[in-house]
Amino acid sequence: MTTGTWWASETFWRKTAIWVTAGSFVVLVFLTFDSMSQITAGTKRVPAYSAINHRIEYQFDEKRHVQVPVIGAEEPLFGRKLTEQEAEALVGKGKLTVQAKNCMACHTLLGNGAYYAPDLTKAWLDPFWSSRKMREELMVEFIKDPSDKVHNSLGRRMPKLGVTDEEARAIVAFLKWMSTIDTNGFPYNFKSLDQEN
Amino acid sequence: MTALGAIDSVNLNGGQKLAIKYYSVAVILFGAQIAFGLLAGLQYLIPDFLYGVLDFSINRMVHINAMVVWMLFGFIGSVYWLLEDESGIPIVGLKLGNLVFWIFTLAVIVVVAVYLLVQVGPGEHSTLWFITEGREYIEAPRWADIGIVVCLLVFFFNAAATFGKGKWTGIGGVLVLDLIALFGIYLAGMFYTTNISVDQYWWWWVIHLWVEATWEVLVGGLMAYGLMTVLGARRKIVETWLYIEVALMFGSGILGLGHHYFWIGTPEYWLSIGGFFSALEPVPLVAMVVHAVFDSGVHKMRSSNHPAMGWLIAHAFGNFFGAGVWGFMHTLPQINLFTHGTQWSASHGHLAFFGAYATINIAFFYIALQKWRGNVWMSGGLIGNWKWKWSMVLLNLGMVGMTMGLLVAGYEQSQIERAIEGSTWAGYFAAQSHPWFQQGMFWRMIFGGMFAAGYVLLVWDLLTIGRRETRPALRTSTD
Repeated sequence: MTTGTWWASETFWRKTAIWVTAGSFVVLVFLTFDSMSQITAGTKRVPAYSAINHRIEYQFDEKRHVQVPVIGAEEPLFGRKLTEQEAEALVGKGKLTVQAKNCMACHTLLGNGAYYAPDLTKAWLDPFWSSRKMREELMVEFIKDPSDKVHNSLGRRMPKLGVTDEEARAIVAFLKWMSTIDTNGFPYNFKSLDQEN
Repeated sequence: MTALGAIDSVNLNGGQKLAIKYYSVAVILFGAQIAFGLLAGLQYLIPDFLYGVLDFSINRMVHINAMVVWMLFGFIGSVYWLLEDESGIPIVGLKLGNLVFWIFTLAVIVVVAVYLLVQVGPGEHSTLWFITEGREYIEAPRWADIGIVVCLLVFFFNAAATFGKGKWTGIGGVLVLDLIALFGIYLAGMFYTTNISVDQYWWWWVIHLWVEATWEVLVGGLMAYGLMTVLGARRKIVETWLYIEVALMFGSGILGLGHHYFWIGTPEYWLSIGGFFSALEPVPLVAMVVHAVFDSGVHKMRSSNHPAMGWLIAHAFGNFFGAGVWGFMHTLPQINLFTHGTQWSASHGHLAFFGAYATINIAFFYIALQKWRGNVWMSGGLIGNWKWKWSMVLLNLGMVGMTMGLLVAGYEQSQIERAIEGSTWAGYFAAQSHPWFQQGMFWRMIFGGMFAAGYVLLVWDLLTIGRRETRPALRTSTD
């Protein structure tokens, strides 16, 4: 190696490494501030927790060419309209339970987690719950004790994790709220529960 | 003076004695990772296996946590291994380093015991503090997070203070700056928020910026030291390469973080930024392959430690294929929309973690054993050299086989569950019960068994290599 050339010198690359790292990090910090302002709950992409008081639909957006969540008419969860604070507390309890039961070690949320069980990003809208009327109670019952509810030909079952009635309802609230997040069309081509039934 | 070939701590400096402790725990945890991986893999084939006793979630959590911790123990050990050599002085806070090792190990045992015996808790903050945080890879409860930060701080202090008091080398400078990032970034994962988008945004700071940035740079530093030790490569050359790799790695990897921000609620500009920079992420890995192969060629493959050299080369290629090629294959948003959260990710994860990190740790285990036995011969014609060769074959072939099995499953899942069925619950199970998926999982299990056999042989070899050797190590030239 010719050590005389500037582009092969140790000093040149040391300086480059420092500047590139610092530059990239500054850009990342800037983008992080911008992203945070766009994903705080109550924004267009990540709606307020009180969105659980409304009907949620997943519709094709002609302009973006992806499906996007649409918050529709009032349709309170478990028939009770909540204030913003109450909704946040309920969704928060649900999220806490999702962590305490380690749901992500089998399921994916927003596509992240493990792959032993279905993705939960749009679980609220899944046709498995058969109809809008039945959905809430079916979900609560399932989460409380899934061990006797066989739902696939593989025999794979979710274990009973000791989820209380209160926790199960909170998880449903969390799942409903999560389905309102604009995920740039993920999961693609999702066929949601026919909400007009 | 003890006989050549006998294990004796007289042959090691203070940091190296501490490194051996870290390595020992790392090897045990590597075994735990494999054992729990086998259990979880088996549950794909026999869903009722250990149902309600050790569910998939528990096995999978221990599988990936054991991996993170054994690799971290390997890295910490390796930095302690080279610290006195590089800085030229004894470690400043060796006693503290030893104390922290025991605390860290004890904490790991407690965390795993709670994982296995308590498993889950009620939906309260106390569960997050004492049982599990329930976030992939960083499931460790909050008390353990704080413990990890304290341990890393002591480790950082030892590295920085020892280099500061002795002499700074290029490798030393890069490692110390990297450790600041390693420790700082971990803090981003230590808070609770209801907002899942914000949660995952910061969670990826820890996971991506550790695995795809700071860990990569750390092993770049280890590789530089490894090549000097094993081949006798010149410092000026390996350190210049190290700077090039750092520039390329951080230049692509820091904003490459954006490829995790496609689908979590974050703005659309991440599709372009993440796609572009993550597509560049393989570039530094190519540089590493070129560097390793070029140096080996220059030295005509004359190495003082054949097993270590073999694993360093396995690292260069494994990192390139596992992290680089397998990552690149599904990093652009146009394909990631369908592959995100399928067995594709598992395929990539397996090959990347093994190729990039398991390999170089194993190389350092061999470097350590050679010195521990009084710098014994470990080049051609080594007594019982079939063991290291066969364990290397079984581990690498086992891993490649698992990767391919998972890849087939991932292809099938992307097509059937994602593209056709649209990721509904029914679509998910349609894909899971498809013969192609099941076959992929079956072969993953077979190759998992092969990998486990390779591990057993590796442990046997590590315990015995060089035992009856009486020749001193080959002296490598430094030209």
